[in-house]
Amino acid sequence: MGYALQGRSGSWEVVVGLEIHAQVISQAKLFSGAATAFGAEPNSQVSFVDAAFPGMLPVLNRVCVEQAVKTGLGLNAAINKVSRFDRKNYFYPDLPPGYQISQYEHPIVGKGEVEIECADGSTKMIGITRLHLEQDAGKSLHDQHPTKSYIDLNRAGVALMEIVSEPDIRSPDEAGAYVRKLRSIMRYLGTCDGNMEEGSLRADVNVSVRQPGEVAYRTRCEIKNVNSVRFVMQAVEAEALRQIDVWESGEEVRQETRLFDSGRGVTRPMRSKEDAHDYRYFPDPDLLPLVLDQAWIDDLKARLPELPDAKKTRFMTEYGLSVYDAGVLVAEQATALFYETVAKGRDPKLAANWVTGDFFAALNSTGRTIDDPPVTAVQLGLLLDLMADKTINGKIAKDVFEAMVETGEDPASIVDRKGLRQVTDTGAIDAAVDKIIAGNQDKVAEYKSGKEKLFGFFVGQVMKAMQGKANPALVNETLKRRLT
Amino acid sequence: MLTDLTIAEARDGLRAKQFTAEALTLEHLHAIEALNPRLNAYLSVGHAQAMEQARAADKALAEGDTRPLLGIPLAIKDLFCTKGVRTTAGSKILMPFVPPYESTVTANLLRDGAVFLGKTNMDEFAMGSSNMTSHYGPVENPWKRRQDPSAVLVPGGSSGGSAAAVAARLAMGATGTDTGGSIRQPASFCGLVGVKPTYGRCSRWGVVAFASSLDHPGPFGRTVRDSAILLGSMAGHDPKDSTSADVAVPDFEAACSRSIKGLRIGVPKEYRSDGMPGEIETLWQQGVAWLRDAGAEIIDVSLPHTKYGLGTYYIIAPAEASSNLARYDGVRFGLRVDGPELRDLYERTRAEGFGAEARRRIMIGTYVLSAGYYDAYYLRAQKVRALILRDFTEAFEKVDALLTPTAPSAAFAQGDKSDDPVTMYLNDVFTVPADLAGVPAASVPGGLDRDGLPLGLQVITRPFDEETMFAVAAALERAAGFAALPTLRAGA
Repeated sequence: MGYALQGRSGSWEVVVGLEIHAQVISQAKLFSGAATAFGAEPNSQVSFVDAAFPGMLPVLNRVCVEQAVKTGLGLNAAINKVSRFDRKNYFYPDLPPGYQISQYEHPIVGKGEVEIECADGSTKMIGITRLHLEQDAGKSLHDQHPTKSYIDLNRAGVALMEIVSEPDIRSPDEAGAYVRKLRSIMRYLGTCDGNMEEGSLRADVNVSVRQPGEVAYRTRCEIKNVNSVRFVMQAVEAEALRQIDVWESGEEVRQETRLFDSGRGVTRPMRSKEDAHDYRYFPDPDLLPLVLDQAWIDDLKARLPELPDAKKTRFMTEYGLSVYDAGVLVAEQATALFYETVAKGRDPKLAANWVTGDFFAALNSTGRTIDDPPVTAVQLGLLLDLMADKTINGKIAKDVFEAMVETGEDPASIVDRKGLRQVTDTGAIDAAVDKIIAGNQDKVAEYKSGKEKLFGFFVGQVMKAMQGKANPALVNETLKRRLT
Repeated sequence: MLTDLTIAEARDGLRAKQFTAEALTLEHLHAIEALNPRLNAYLSVGHAQAMEQARAADKALAEGDTRPLLGIPLAIKDLFCTKGVRTTAGSKILMPFVPPYESTVTANLLRDGAVFLGKTNMDEFAMGSSNMTSHYGPVENPWKRRQDPSAVLVPGGSSGGSAAAVAARLAMGATGTDTGGSIRQPASFCGLVGVKPTYGRCSRWGVVAFASSLDHPGPFGRTVRDSAILLGSMAGHDPKDSTSADVAVPDFEAACSRSIKGLRIGVPKEYRSDGMPGEIETLWQQGVAWLRDAGAEIIDVSLPHTKYGLGTYYIIAPAEASSNLARYDGVRFGLRVDGPELRDLYERTRAEGFGAEARRRIMIGTYVLSAGYYDAYYLRAQKVRALILRDFTEAFEKVDALLTPTAPSAAFAQGDKSDDPVTMYLNDVFTVPADLAGVPAASVPGGLDRDGLPLGLQVITRPFDEETMFAVAAALERAAGFAALPTLRAGA
């Protein structure tokens, strides 16, 4: 039994489909040459086309088409060799032409699928219905002046990919995993930076509920513009609970557009549907149908980078990693690259432990990112080398790593400076062992009478006496010999 | 008078230093000053800019520059955006609009040395067949009825100002746009040659959009050769217009001298309308005879879907217009009528800014694209449009050109046909099919009706075969020997 919510009348299943709006990484807008950089002065990146001046015409940006096709290929989706741009007509001041150019009937990318990993380690396929290209609108600022609204057209005309999923998602956890997976794939492809805080990835969340055994879907509501993975997950649950309550009160869920109030953790209806839109879609007569060449698509496909799923499989077979470790390491391309640099020519499992353990902890504690890490992959590799050649043992390595995080120094120089080189001199170890045995005759007697757990005590005492630098294998061996 | 010269003659005269570009321009400016208050053909006249361009042309001519339009004074329909020069599209809503850019077509003309005299009057947003829908008042056709010279006739539309200006010798040539006949019908009404080239031949960039899939920029001239010279400069691939065709621009002027011997000319039986005057039918037969005499083979053809042309046009054009005109919202440019709420701003600006015909077409267009009506109207119209194109494609398997009348009547009086918009729409019955199909078509003056008003013949050819169109048009022109002059003209 999967995720279910308990209502008064019993348990309910959640049905979710997501529409992801992903901003395409490109220098220029979808149909104009204006720049797309985030955070520029308001209205500083607006061409006459974006402002819909009379006589201005859209010209499709080839780069955006390439990005959409790459994304489609990354989603294992069908690429439509002929697609078309349509006008979606409505009036709003941040939509200068009075229509948005989108792809309504004939999207550039058709059906596909992505595999998501759930929290319990299981995987699931989520169907992709379509991906289409469209223009973003500008931004209306209603809080800058008591009676006026301000308009910033920098975003107007920026290329978006709208990726629509099938209603295959059944829990908040799956919804979150799906968004993360899409983001990961697009980051690998370099087609969307996935930066939800800057609005380059936004989700419309379609939610309905039904009781176990029901085949048909019940009425859904769409929660618009949810801008973080956490909010997507919260919104699914909050909306599902609301709908269960409506149904259980004997009422009907009405199809409507809602917003997620993250402060209160509830969804609420958007303004009244008095202006129910009839978008009057029709093919944009300023643009010819978009026709793609199969050879061009094949070439893009051949040049795709290794994507998360393929990389994960390879990490499991090539490096013998667990599903979990492989999944964690491939989520971000930079992390995977970091790991492979560390693992190359070394013990891959040990490398995985260090990267997912101490290294990730160091990222957290220093607040730095994989792109600007406190310890480089090469340095971490050198640390592993010092363990492999027995210059230091694992325990000392942790101390050395801490020092590396603090100073950025190479491990060898830290070991030298602090004199942490492992002691393999059997004479020194013999002397230390002798001393500990002599000082703990009572424990020796207990041990010899069968309390074998005390062996660890002796090891600890010897290591302590040698400031942790003793070769643990030699200490073990010597103690075994002397205690029998 | 220099204003009576053709462009070809003026070009030769300028190169031979018989007169200067400055004198040529000045004479036109004087003629405009004398006649424009009555004709209302120009909405604005750029004296200073024109004289500056003329002096620059003289300087270049002195240096042996041979650009094709060097020093030639032209009129520009006010639908073409001209940098720093007010561009209204005949509408109140664009009254304050001064574009910061130059349309591709006008930039091409300037590149070739043309002098711009001013911007010409037109039906609002090119919606009309009489120039009566202009916010800036009607244009008077310089031609007069023999028996009734006091009647004020329309120049046709929507490019009525351009046609009247060229006919009255207030410009040597002009730009127009043809969406349903807006170049050819006024050319027919004003005794001019008007050319609607193939869709994609002239860039639409910088031309205020009416119906994007139907808008064709093209020239007016007093001769076929002049139109060919103008089109040669206006045409060309433009990467800024995705519907612009990447094809070479042939030597249109040379095509005017081609023989039409052996060409197959199709006569489509469907180009007859109820109540069409007998003299138009007679002129058509005369045109057929002229072409036969010039060595062409005449073949009867059928374009069976012609009768659906108008209906199809009056769905597709308003549909596109309703969307294209959404940008006139009072927010960024043009007229703005404020209101307490955003909705009031929209409603007041658009109610005040658009005239009755523009409002009517926006409403028709909005209706035919609405949910529940789209399939029955817009989608069906697109299917019929494909059939109309197929009619032409099939006809052009049998013939090289088609000959038809341009319009079902001669120029009518201001105020006629205004009570019922559908009567007005019928003016486009012979011109609309070529717009829907995107094929090139020209109107050539063929003769006069019994009132002494000019009547045009239309030549239609295959896509991008304007050369054959010019050859046939020139043959008609030679045979017709059309020499009549409008009553109102410079120096008359």
